[in-house]
This record gives sequence, structure tokens and C-alpha cells, in this order.
Amino acid sequence: MTSAESRTVEALTGSDWDYSPAPERTRPDIASEYGLFIDGEFKEPQSGKTFATTNPATGERLARISEAGEADVDAAMAAARAAGPKWARLKGRERGKYLFRLARRIQECARELAVLETMDGGKPIKESRDVDLPLAAQHFFYHGGWADKLQWAFAGRNVRPRGVCGQIIPWNFPLLMAAWKLAPALACGNTVVLKPAETTSLSALHLARLLQEIDLPPGVVNIVTGAGDTGRLVASHQAVRKVAFTGSTEVGRLIMQELAPREIPLTLELGGKSANIVFADAAIDQAVEGVVGGIWFNQGHVCCAGSRLLVEESILEPFVAALRDRMAQLRVGDPLDKNTDVGAINSREQLDRIRSLVAAGQEEGAILHDAQTDSLPEKGHWFPPCFFTGVQPSHIVAREEIFGPVLAVMTFRTPEEAIRRANTTPYGLAAGVWTDKGSKIFEIARRMEAGVVWCNTYNQFDAGSPFGGVKESGFGREGGLHGLRGYVR
Amino acid sequence: MSRLEVVKTGKLWIGGDWPRSESGATFVVENGKGETVARCALASRKDAREAVEAARAGLPAWRDATATLRGQVLYRAAEMLESRADEFTASLCDGGEGLAAARREVERSVDRLVMLAGWCDKIHQIIGCQNAVAGPYHNFTIPQACGVVVTFCPASPALLGMITLVGAAMATGNAVVAVVPRAAAMTGVLLGEVLAVSDVPKGAVNCLTGDIEPLLEPLGGHREVAVMVSSGLGKAARTTLRLAASDGIRRVHTIPWTGTDWEDDGETCSPWFLEQFVEFKTLWHPSGV
Repeated sequence: MTSAESRTVEALTGSDWDYSPAPERTRPDIASEYGLFIDGEFKEPQSGKTFATTNPATGERLARISEAGEADVDAAMAAARAAGPKWARLKGRERGKYLFRLARRIQECARELAVLETMDGGKPIKESRDVDLPLAAQHFFYHGGWADKLQWAFAGRNVRPRGVCGQIIPWNFPLLMAAWKLAPALACGNTVVLKPAETTSLSALHLARLLQEIDLPPGVVNIVTGAGDTGRLVASHQAVRKVAFTGSTEVGRLIMQELAPREIPLTLELGGKSANIVFADAAIDQAVEGVVGGIWFNQGHVCCAGSRLLVEESILEPFVAALRDRMAQLRVGDPLDKNTDVGAINSREQLDRIRSLVAAGQEEGAILHDAQTDSLPEKGHWFPPCFFTGVQPSHIVAREEIFGPVLAVMTFRTPEEAIRRANTTPYGLAAGVWTDKGSKIFEIARRMEAGVVWCNTYNQFDAGSPFGGVKESGFGREGGLHGLRGYVR
Repeated sequence: MSRLEVVKTGKLWIGGDWPRSESGATFVVENGKGETVARCALASRKDAREAVEAARAGLPAWRDATATLRGQVLYRAAEMLESRADEFTASLCDGGEGLAAARREVERSVDRLVMLAGWCDKIHQIIGCQNAVAGPYHNFTIPQACGVVVTFCPASPALLGMITLVGAAMATGNAVVAVVPRAAAMTGVLLGEVLAVSDVPKGAVNCLTGDIEPLLEPLGGHREVAVMVSSGLGKAARTTLRLAASDGIRRVHTIPWTGTDWEDDGETCSPWFLEQFVEFKTLWHPSGV
């Protein structure tokens, strides 16, 4: 693109043409305090401790959340264990009907839940409304249908539930991650103690209200809120027969160490530094859109974010120009505004981490390109979308998971080099390949060391599509037929 | 006139070569009567690392061979095993097995290998699938080899256990480092000799004999190892292995089978067993014109 063309794009799409605010006005019914959801009821924490949950876009306190201590986790585990046999004996079809019911209730409450998710976590309402909520509902609907078909899912085996599952989920897709964990566990006849992330407990607690409404038997799902200490209590509890964790590789490793003396099956969905490879023969406009969605979706708080862009050298300049133009059009700000593309960073802690990694990128000599930042709200945690060029594979921004809206752009000359560079990482969650040549797609996809490969697309998710990584991105799959495997014996 | 017997020294099998242990150490393999049957190389930590490197180097040739070809190679190995049945029977008898039981184990092992050979070009169809997603995308999930697999083979059944673990890893396209305990060492060496003349690419299978404990950490913590499958390890050893594996977030599968469990084809050749040796990869592509 010439500079004149670039100016034309700016004139057509720039800030002169800003949208009017379109705030979402629905407000969910947020209580001032939330107990722990144990044995079908909300209970005061025996620990006596609570903590505040805030809206990262405003700093406003939303509610006080209970911090589950040892006695609380014990109570949740006891409830899950007590509910186990009856739930496991229930006919698959009946178990499935609870999941179908839940899917329906989520759909009916989708607007309130989407707003709640956005208020508690900072993600744009557009995304919680169009991605998180529909997928969460779909997940329960999909797995509801598996509950009475397990004998065909596991041909030749007489599978049984594992028992009590300890499940720990992250803050980037709070409700959706709860759905990913709960749905297959329940469909297979297990009972659950779920621990949401401490900055985003609300949607799980509202999900607990729906579990009461659908008359799910008490104890089948228990939700204990708290931070890392609570998580450790859940993962290491003697009652658990299965642990599923989504979060950082660092914590995943600690869980493996904690459980090393025991034969507890694990599902780990950990970090990533996924490569998005764009060949010169790709449909460039589509590739630009895919790269944008790949890294800036959900502020880059995505384990499978396409955070390393590998562009064929011959198209680097026009591609980077197009990316810069597209980045300039992203609307950063009030997550409750329906026009917002990039919302708030989830927590102060995460913002600090992103800032320090970006500073490290600059110190190492990479060139930072960031979106205009003059209109960012004064309160809350914000980090505008950005990307680095001039990145060496050895740079911190090319190696470490940033979990923020930061893209590292690198180049390659041959397919072999692209494959080598893409695989030169301890992670192996996802990869993207952009080319119009079918044979090239299959060969690159085959050789990617990753559990999910998006070809001419990126960041697609579906209840029926197994998701999970290899290498230090973890093991086990969630979603689809393969996601059931972790929940039976 | 009595003839002095030529006693064989069993060596390691690494990268297609037959080195003695880098440490030079050996151990004595005795039969049930306390007579020396053979000496075997005692694998060191360095041997273990070298075996992993060799497996990594040998992986592409095996993994990227067509599934049909891999099946034929495994079938060839079954042919070679059958032709050396007496030798294997004797080796198992040296390990304390009765003659009839040893014969049965060898026959079962040949048959197991034939069954696994047949899986090479079929397992994908059983455990892979197409996924109906809610959008205009073609989406499918395929099993792929994990990479380098370490199999901790049981002392008993020496041959059938090793054939099952190594054969399953091979059938799914992995390169293997087989770790064989002292009691099964000579059988392990013989099996290596069989595979070595069955068109298995150099380094695709490697065999280490000796004491398991010193090898747990170097193998479990090696980043080129994708998966470990353990059989016959005690609780402490399994814990050590899992702790080492946690460093690289590597999977450790514990095989619970003992004794006659290994004879059950329905369990030991099931897709659910073979699945422990694959990674599932899900591919998405838009569909439209």
C-alpha cells in the first residue's frame, strides 16, 4: 500500500468516523456477597475469609467472594463423593437431560451472563455475547447427547465414571471453561468440585444458581472459590480421582509434582506461544483478518493466541502495513460498548506482566508498533494492541507467553524454515497456516507440533472439536469424542 | 573331550549400533540354577541420553514411512521371531520359565506382533474422526505419533511384555527406547537382534539393559522424550519418573497388567491401549467457494 492509499484508508476508517457509544444496558443481578456452592446450597465459608472481585474496566468492586479453606474444600469433596454413586447409577439419558436443561437455561439467561462475564473479566461484550455464551450452551447441549451413548463412544469397553473430579479453570473464558470442564465430567457420570479463577468467579457462581434451578441433585457439582491455595487443596485432595486444570504451564507442573506419588489421571491445558504462518500465496486480506483475530481476540488472553506471526519474507512489507492499518481500526475501551473490539486487561497483575514483557522486547531491540492510545479510559487496566517487528527468535517476546495483545512478527524464506521456526518452542498448543495451496496446507499441518491446527482460519472453537496441546502445552483433550476419554475408566 | 562354551555378551542397541555400555560395566545373567548364562551391558545415564538422541534421529524415517510399510516391517519382525523361536524359548527358560510356558509365550509374542502389524494402517480409522462443527468448516481429528517413546518393560512376561509395549509404540509410528530390567535382559537383546534384521530404520528402536532406577531421571527429564510407558516399576520408581517428567510436562502411562493379563489380546491390542502412544491433532479448514 502506498502512503497515499494508506491516508485514504485512514480517512475512510479513522477516528473521524468513530461510532457513537452503544452501551449494553442490561445489568445482571449481582449479589453483594457470594457463598461457596456446596451440596446444592450457597454456604458461608468455614474459613471466614472473603475477597473482593472488581470490574477491571472501572476498578469498581462488584461483590465479595468467599475464599474456600481446607474445611470448605473437604466439605465440597464430601458432598461430591456422597452424590457420586447415585449420579453414576442414573440412566445416561436422564443425566443427559439435566445437561440439556442447563443448556437451555444458559441460553435463556445468555444476555445477563454475557454482561456479567464482561463486567467481571473485562472482555468485550461482543465476544462474551457471540462467543463465550453460545459456546458454553453448546457445550452442555453437545455433552448432554453423549450421556446415553457412551457404549458407542467406547466400543468394546464397559466404561464407568472415575468419581470425584477436581477441576481448576482460568480467568480468560470463565464460564466457557467451566462448561468445558463440567459438561464431559457430568455426561460420563462423575461428580465435580470446580474452582474458578479468583478474578472471575461470578459467572461460575451464577451458573450454580442455574444448577439449583434445573434441580441438579445436590453435590453433583460443587463450586469453591478462592486463589491458588484453594486450587492446591482441590488438586491434591485425597477424594479426587481425576484432575483437570487449565492455566499456566508453571502451575501445571506444580500439579504434576503434587500428584506424582499418586495414580491420578490428569488433563492439562497449559500455556502456548502459537505460530501463525502466512505464505506469500495466501489470500492476504483473509490472512490479515485471521492474524488480527488470532492475537487480539480477548485482549490476547488466550492460551492458543497466534502470538508469533511468521510471514514469508517476500510479503513482509505489505503485510505489516495492512496489519498496522487494521490494528488502528480496533476500538479499545469500554467492554460493555457493543462496538468495542478490545476490552480491559483482566487484572493489575496481568497488566504489569504485559508491560514488563513489552519493555523487555524494546530493550532487546525489537521495534514496537502500537495502536493509538489517546482515548483509553482513565480508570481500569488497559493495554492497546501492538506488534513487534525486527524480532529475533531468541527475543523474549518471541519465546515467552505474554497472554496479552502483543504479537511478535518474524519472517521465513522456505516452508522448511517456517516449520522449524514454528516448532522451535517448548509449547505446542495451536498453529495457523495460511496458503491457497492445498497440498502445502496438509504438509505444514501434519508437521506442526501442536494439538490444534487452523488452516486459513484461526481461533475457531466448537463443542464437538477436540482441543488441547502437546509438549509443554499439556495433554488430554477437551471437547468432542476425544474429550470424553479423561472422564471414564 | 569337553568343549569350552562361547558365552555371549549381550550389548546395548543404540542408533542401529551395538555398543557396550559407555561405562564399560556389565552384569551377569544367571539361569535358575545360578549358572552364568551370559553377560549383558549395564546401561548408564549417558547411554540413556544417547539412546534418546538416536531415537530422535531415527524417528522421521519410521514415523514418515507409509503405514503399510510399517505394517510390513512389523510382520517381517514376526517372521524373524518365529524363526528364532527356540532361542527365545531357551532364553525365557533361563529366566526361570518352564519349557511349555516359554513356548506358549513365544507363540503368543509372534501372534501379538502380527496383530500389531495389522493395526498400522487401520488404527487411524478407529480412533480418528470427523467432527460436525457449527459452522462452515471441515474439521477432523487425526492420531499422530508422539515422537520418542520410552517403554519400561516388565521382567515378566519378558518377551510378551516387551513385544506388546515396543510393538504398540512402533505400530503407531513412534521411535522407541526400550528399557529392559536385568531379569529380562537377554530376551531384550535377542529381540533387538530380531528387529535389527527386519528393516527397522536405524535408531527407530533402541534397547537399554540393566538397572532401571538410575535411568529414570535422565529419561524422564529428557525433552526429546514425548511419552513414557511404565510396566513393572515400583511405586517409588513411578513417583521418581513422574517427578522427572513434570519438568517437561511429559505424560507417563502406567500399565497395570501383570502375569496372564498380558495374554489377553482384547485388552493388549485394543485401540484404547494403542491410543496411549498417539497425540490427537485437530485440523480446521473453512469450506466454501
